[in-house]
Amino acid sequence: MAATAKGPLDGVRVLDLSRVWAGPHCTRILADLGAEVIHISGRRLVGRREVTRETAVILGTYPDNDPGERHWNRNVLNNDMGRNKLDITLELNTERGVELFKRLVEISDIVIENYSPRVMPNLGINYPVLKAINPTIIYCSMPGYGPEGPFQHFVSYGTTIDPHSGLASRMGYPGEDPHMSGNAYPDPASGMFATGAIMTALFSRYRTGKGQYISMAQAESGTALTGEASLGYQLSGEVPPRIGNGHVRKAPHGAYPCKGDDKWVAISVGTEAQWTNFQDAIGAPGWAADERYLTLEGRLQHQTELDGHVTDWTRSMDAYDAMRLLQEVGIAAGVVVNADELMNDEHLNQRGFFWKFDHPEAGVQTHAGQPIRLSETPARHYRPAPTLGQHHPYVLGELLGLSDNEITDLEETGIIGYTPLVRE
Amino acid sequence: MAAMSELGNGALSELTVLDLSHYVAGAYCGKLLAAFGAEVIKVEAPGVGDGARQVGPFPDKNPDPEASALYLYMNTGKKGLTLDLTSEGGAAILKELVAQADVLIENFAPGVMESMGLDYATLSAINPRLVMASISNFGQSGPYRDYRADTMVEMALSGQMYVNGDPEREPLSSTGYQPSYQSALYAYSGIMAALIARDRDNKGQYLDVSIQEAMASEHQFTLNGFTASGKIRMRSGNRYGSVHPTTILPCKADDNGKPGLVSLGISDPTQYVLFLQLLDMSELLDDPRFSNPQMCAVNYRAFDALISTWFMDHTAEEIVNALQDNRIPAAFVNEVSDVLDDPQYEFRGFWKEIDHPVAGSHRYAGLPYHLTEAPPVYERANLLGEHTDEVLGEKLGYDSDRLGQLRESDVI
Repeated sequence: MAATAKGPLDGVRVLDLSRVWAGPHCTRILADLGAEVIHISGRRLVGRREVTRETAVILGTYPDNDPGERHWNRNVLNNDMGRNKLDITLELNTERGVELFKRLVEISDIVIENYSPRVMPNLGINYPVLKAINPTIIYCSMPGYGPEGPFQHFVSYGTTIDPHSGLASRMGYPGEDPHMSGNAYPDPASGMFATGAIMTALFSRYRTGKGQYISMAQAESGTALTGEASLGYQLSGEVPPRIGNGHVRKAPHGAYPCKGDDKWVAISVGTEAQWTNFQDAIGAPGWAADERYLTLEGRLQHQTELDGHVTDWTRSMDAYDAMRLLQEVGIAAGVVVNADELMNDEHLNQRGFFWKFDHPEAGVQTHAGQPIRLSETPARHYRPAPTLGQHHPYVLGELLGLSDNEITDLEETGIIGYTPLVRE
Repeated sequence: MAAMSELGNGALSELTVLDLSHYVAGAYCGKLLAAFGAEVIKVEAPGVGDGARQVGPFPDKNPDPEASALYLYMNTGKKGLTLDLTSEGGAAILKELVAQADVLIENFAPGVMESMGLDYATLSAINPRLVMASISNFGQSGPYRDYRADTMVEMALSGQMYVNGDPEREPLSSTGYQPSYQSALYAYSGIMAALIARDRDNKGQYLDVSIQEAMASEHQFTLNGFTASGKIRMRSGNRYGSVHPTTILPCKADDNGKPGLVSLGISDPTQYVLFLQLLDMSELLDDPRFSNPQMCAVNYRAFDALISTWFMDHTAEEIVNALQDNRIPAAFVNEVSDVLDDPQYEFRGFWKEIDHPVAGSHRYAGLPYHLTEAPPVYERANLLGEHTDEVLGEKLGYDSDRLGQLRESDVI
């Protein structure tokens, strides 16, 4: 691995108007791969003006639950998404703000936003306008349901996209309602599609010299990720039922309680050889010889009793011991890890998965690294997340050539700044 | 796709991809490359092919390796080549193809490519511009490298599963293939990044994608809370833990008698106040238990009981429309059958009708994005070995005698 290698996206400049998670997840990947990502925020959208210590404790995302003097620079959610990026503020509802944004578009490669589709046209900076300024610009718009169509103005979050898309229908306790992801999964999943689309457009632009418009719908991401099931329904005529952690071709298959409080091990026994190995591994108990469990069909049919027997064994086991014991004999098994166990996972840590960032206002924080592991042009942690408006001097001064006086003037007229504004 | 390659107007039509995938992770990545016009050659073992062919669901529930929904969906737009990579002859043919390829994707267990003499060091010596992507459960190194896993075990070891489900019951995995899908998306972007770097550096590279890492990187709340304050994110049931009502609620059945469910995503105070106004229940704001979405989350059971009368009086459609008219996030709760009738998807042309000689004509989920200058192409999945003669004939100049010999010795 060449430590001095340029990132694959070195020299690519991204104007990032996206918020919350889906868009920022995408631009974080671009930044990890070496793109210069300039996050641009209006200060009314930065978040609440005040964060009390009480609120900080509830949210749990401020270092040591202390919001500090400038809480907006200490929120670890933002600092995780903001790593490797630059930050400027710009009020785009002002003429001067729009003018400066357009000048940035002239010297940039990619614009990404996840506003409701009415916002960018209202500001006068939708794709046709920006294309006229810079025909090579790649513009990605990614509202919840897409920028056109009957639901275009629907307000959405990952949490509502989840049930709409069909994703939630693929999770649930047996016979119960669709179950939402506990982690707003459609957000990062949509961000992944956006990343791929942008890279494809970039690859294409290097050949044709032309930019393009990417119209993306986050809801469709979730539906694309269940495409085998919607096609399967058309073929078989059957809507797949919710079966908890069960499996149509494997048993035992589930999360089983282990020693300790809320500790679980996921065990998946598929083949006959694995079933034999499983019995040996847990000490060949008498119940396993029961003829009801001889065949997969029988095990599927008597799952509840089978799960009861497996639970009797797992309850006496440490979850990690159970995982290692079963993996040693070729059975898929894994601890259902919580935040602590995930961050201390020996495998992920040996692979150097987690990245530590020393942030000037939030201190040292550990974040997930980049799963895109390239041998010659690796993703890297270049810099911790910026503080609000940290890169005004570079972006407005160096890139756009504004004088110190002009930048001071922008600050005095409220077009840029260093603190959030109260939402009206 | 051949047609697109000849026209040369797919964004990726200059690329040749060797797709040694099985099941989902590698296959979905290859499918995405094919959608933009790359010539993707799916390499399968003679006779049986990709294990996804055995999975289904199948038409009328009759197993048929050419009509498995999983295979058909994962392999749209590819060419089918059979090749026994475990034979010397098969491996040699693959190397000949590598010399002409841009990208190779594989998702065998770590060590399998090496055992067939097809590791990256060997292949990059043949073609230094090759971009090779390996997707595996836990990556190509580390103590879990040889561990086995399926969707549930990946959900468990990536931390995703622990936060799904009821706090009082077992954590929930999902029944789809989400970990594999996500690794495919990381691999896709990684391959595109490597191809962009290749333009500049004139050399290929190796991409190691771990499914566990893919899912562990999609974990904002879990990891951030822990690093900041040691907070361990818990399961919160069918709702979002810290604010309410962000949840799925029962409502009035529709005209067809289908039990009603509706999704709410109310998290900020403005939406919350508007919502209570709409239900004519603004007085709840004066009750300290329900004064804001955070307090409401603590007292969600009592809150849900109070609003249930209104919900049971209205269908999902009425509720979604009424709330969205007031800019309050609400959505339908769809099964995989319902999404086929979604009017928004219809408007955007999301579903693609694709005919297949064995499975027939069906609607396939498209890609969630449109690119104005690089429209995706959607063509059916290959049959097992459908293009073996064409690929080996056109690319390597094999004549019918040679193909016959290979077939007799079960290499193809």
